[in-house]
Amino acid sequence: MDARIGIRNTKSLLFKGLIVFLAFVITLPLIVVLLYIIKQGVFQVNWHFLTHVPAPVGETGGGISNALVGSLIVVFMSSIVAIPIGILTGVYLSENPHTKLSYYAGLCVDILQGVPSIVVGIVVYFWIVKPLGTFSAISGSIALAIMMLPIVIRSTEQTLRLLPPSLKEAALSLGVPYHRVILKVIVPCGFAGILSGIMLSIARIVGETAPLLFTAFGNPYLSTAITKPMETLPHLIYTYATSPYDDWHNLAWGASFILLMFVLILNIFTKLITRKWNIQL
Amino acid sequence: MSAILILLVIGILITLIMQSMPSIKSLGIGFLWGKIWDPVSNIYGAYPFLIGTLLTSFTALLISVPFSYAISIYLGEYNPKGWLSNLLKNSIELIAAVPSIIYGFWGIFVLVPVIRSFETKIHVAPYGVGIFTSSLVLAVMIIPYAASLGITLIRMVPSPLKEGAYALGATRFEVIRSVIMPYTRSGLFAGVLLSLGRALGETMAVTMLIGNTSTIANSFKEIFFGPGNTMASVIANEFTEADHTVYLSALIELGLVLFFVTVVINLIGKRIITKFTNH
Repeated sequence: MDARIGIRNTKSLLFKGLIVFLAFVITLPLIVVLLYIIKQGVFQVNWHFLTHVPAPVGETGGGISNALVGSLIVVFMSSIVAIPIGILTGVYLSENPHTKLSYYAGLCVDILQGVPSIVVGIVVYFWIVKPLGTFSAISGSIALAIMMLPIVIRSTEQTLRLLPPSLKEAALSLGVPYHRVILKVIVPCGFAGILSGIMLSIARIVGETAPLLFTAFGNPYLSTAITKPMETLPHLIYTYATSPYDDWHNLAWGASFILLMFVLILNIFTKLITRKWNIQL
Repeated sequence: MSAILILLVIGILITLIMQSMPSIKSLGIGFLWGKIWDPVSNIYGAYPFLIGTLLTSFTALLISVPFSYAISIYLGEYNPKGWLSNLLKNSIELIAAVPSIIYGFWGIFVLVPVIRSFETKIHVAPYGVGIFTSSLVLAVMIIPYAASLGITLIRMVPSPLKEGAYALGATRFEVIRSVIMPYTRSGLFAGVLLSLGRALGETMAVTMLIGNTSTIANSFKEIFFGPGNTMASVIANEFTEADHTVYLSALIELGLVLFFVTVVINLIGKRIITKFTNH
């Protein structure tokens, strides 16, 4: 009898050991990737690197200013498109959870979340690039905005659902019109949650490459024209990483480092906000 | 505004179908299992890419499932609170936050040489890049999707159930095996589906590591360790080069197939989760 219990206890311990081992071993690849990118990238970054365009093949030096500016512009434009639509839809979904429209809209959010990013690229190519006849920054922004939407919508909806209904009822009983209740009470109360959703979605799209291949395309020169092709950080990393030149690889390492840091900082900020305001996302 | 969203999704669907019409018309359904992809002589068959996509995704899934289950059990049951658990949870989320292009770049310079020497040891052609390499990177990338869902679900197991089992003298392992696992089985499966959806549509890391060959080798070993192509990677590589209608439209048809498959998998996963959490 005792021996039987002993076996069972040992089995339990062994299982725990296995689980702990597997759970922690998976942080290993993450640590290896992060350290390697930092090691390769951190020495590339300096003032010259941030303010110059890439050097042609055969010349050392050069920087990634075109991609930095491009990424900023593209992400900014997609935020302008996606954030208002996302927040409004999120408010609608949380205020009217049981209408037919919100059922289908919710379904569409789920669908959008599952669409592979490359497919978004194809579609935007036919919507914007083909009619305009040229790759353009604006088309890249639209593609990224489509990727951003579901994240913003879901986080807005979920934050607002958690607000106590008494808040809204109190405002309504004071005679405040419905649209002002939404604008002045509901949205400000859920502001932190909405903000963290927005930051999370920006962190997600800033590293997206696949939809940009057929839309913003890339450009070796500094450009701010939104109807012309524009370089972005992930696209620069892709083209230079797959090139055979060491100088270009170095540029790509530096760009990866900057991209990684940006994404990490955004994620940490989101974490801090959600912890401070005690939000569940 | 919600109506815009619905229009957007319908628009995506219509665009994909319209643009793949030329290839559907001229190639028919045989397109899906045609073994040869040769745009130069106008022969299009999607079989190599279907095999590539399925092989990479399911290998990645197979590798990732033990890890994501282990994380779910560890953070859901053994150690749900405290700094160590927070640290681990945050690092799992970080895995999902790192852009896929960075995994691909790292893979080219670090993983590929390692795989190459490994392939020399087991006596297969040492390409380095290929389906096996892509699967490894994919496996790491998709773990967070199943894991973070699994953690939430395992924490939702009612404690009276567990306490009952403990009171009957069950060890921790027995509680996990015969109470927690059966209770959360469908939910954990949904998490695996979400991971699979991710893996099928993942483009950049795979494109950089798979070697991009559209021919398909004869033996399984050669296919598995050799270079290949997935549906997503062939679109990424050839879309801007496609110079005639049928070629382009064949690529879009691949996108359409990819769209349907990932959407269906995702919706099934989401349905299971809603069912589970409403119980």
